[in-house]
Amino acid sequence: MMQRCSDPVVLDMWHPVAATVELAAGVEYQTRLLGEPLSYAMSPQGLPQAWRGTQHQLPVMHAYGVLWTSLGSPPDELFEFDEFHEPDRHNVWAGSVGVHTSAPRAVENFLDMGHFPYVHTGYLGIEPHTEVKDYTVEIVNDGKEVLATGCEFFQPMGALNALGGMLMEYTYRVPHPYCSILYKSSPIDESRRDAIVIFGQAVDEENTRAHLVLSLLDDESNDRQIQAFQQLIFSQDKPILENQHPKRLPLDPAVETPIRSDKTSIAYRRWLSGLGLRYGVLPAVSDGR
Amino acid sequence: MIKLYDFELSVNCYKQRLLMSILGVEFESVLVDFFPGSEHKGEEFKKVNPLGHIPVIDDGGFVLRDAHAILIYLAAKYDPTGNWYRTSDPELIGETAQWLLFAEGTTNTASAARLHDSLGYPFDIDECRSGAHKLFRVLEEHLWFREQEGLDWICSGDHPTIADIAIFPDVMLSEEGGVSSQPYPAIRRWTDRVKRIPGFVVMPGIFPAATA
Repeated sequence: MMQRCSDPVVLDMWHPVAATVELAAGVEYQTRLLGEPLSYAMSPQGLPQAWRGTQHQLPVMHAYGVLWTSLGSPPDELFEFDEFHEPDRHNVWAGSVGVHTSAPRAVENFLDMGHFPYVHTGYLGIEPHTEVKDYTVEIVNDGKEVLATGCEFFQPMGALNALGGMLMEYTYRVPHPYCSILYKSSPIDESRRDAIVIFGQAVDEENTRAHLVLSLLDDESNDRQIQAFQQLIFSQDKPILENQHPKRLPLDPAVETPIRSDKTSIAYRRWLSGLGLRYGVLPAVSDGR
Repeated sequence: MIKLYDFELSVNCYKQRLLMSILGVEFESVLVDFFPGSEHKGEEFKKVNPLGHIPVIDDGGFVLRDAHAILIYLAAKYDPTGNWYRTSDPELIGETAQWLLFAEGTTNTASAARLHDSLGYPFDIDECRSGAHKLFRVLEEHLWFREQEGLDWICSGDHPTIADIAIFPDVMLSEEGGVSSQPYPAIRRWTDRVKRIPGFVVMPGIFPAATA
């Protein structure tokens, strides 16, 4: 059994615990967050609730199709994800999947393009197109977010509605230590982008539930295929992720040697270090704690 | 054409896709939203299978459910060599049936653990995992002794059978349920051999054999 979380940075964050479409009104559900059991429900009036033990009410928020809660004192607002609310998009929950790894490992894998040709062969990449071209990574929004732009990669079938191989342009946002949003060229509208989101629920330090959400410009007729496609991609990642050791993400730059495709990952690790986050990571020794 | 009521991440559906690919049988997948939609538990699907589970096949109006029953049917009908399900020898029929029942066991332990950990199924996880290890130890020893006799497959003889197909993915994906395959080197050597069968196809989480 994992220890209780004592990291104030993580305790005070909002954490996703369930996709709200999954919740039947008035039914009580159980999950674990930061090593602690908790319950949640959607009241018949449509109000989300979360509590610890029998009655200790926790803060709740319903945002981006997900129920969020916190074990500490969370900020008033969650990060922005405006595309979710655009009227001509539709948002699909592709499932919530348990993974035997830390939330930061799951996010880092989501940010990595280098593995596309090897793990998602024939879909998100294919040999010999293995090159990751240079791109830009910056910390934006008052230090609250990692942003990687201009990431280009050749994808043989980068989306369900892609007509054969195309050079896909990606933007990655990490607006929350355990969540990431990926924007990629929409195969049906060049000027806009589909969004694929991973909301990571830190079940404990080495177990995650990944809530997968898509915000798409596609028409709704093939939601099921889109879900299936995303599940396929995620399931290809799963065994790789679960075999990474250590399961907590090492923040010490000396522990794992990065290459160019890891630029976002390096920025992400530094950013986590800078936040003073300790839960689900192995903090750098040099930070003196 | 055969219709397979199918879900990409289901081991039991994959067993059918794998056998049909090896046998070169064409089929059409009818996607069932097993997760997250639980479509197989809905009223509409229960007209196809009142037990509410997948896979099910519909072969020109002949509807059959239960993964290991379907493997028997497909091999008996579509394998002209008769190698995959050998009905010529009573001992072999018995052996194959024995290992298909064993596969029910690996599905109900190792693959159940995977459903618990990945998709949140409310199973007793400790029981699933210890049950899986108990079966894996038996399989490890069996395969090790087979190897000593120069035999590569689960049942007697020099050709793989539907028993190999039935057990393979439960073993391959066991780590997703927290059941490590580390202690079972003979099992791992056998899974590598399965991956080299002509016509082998992958499912998410299972990768092709490393190129030599």
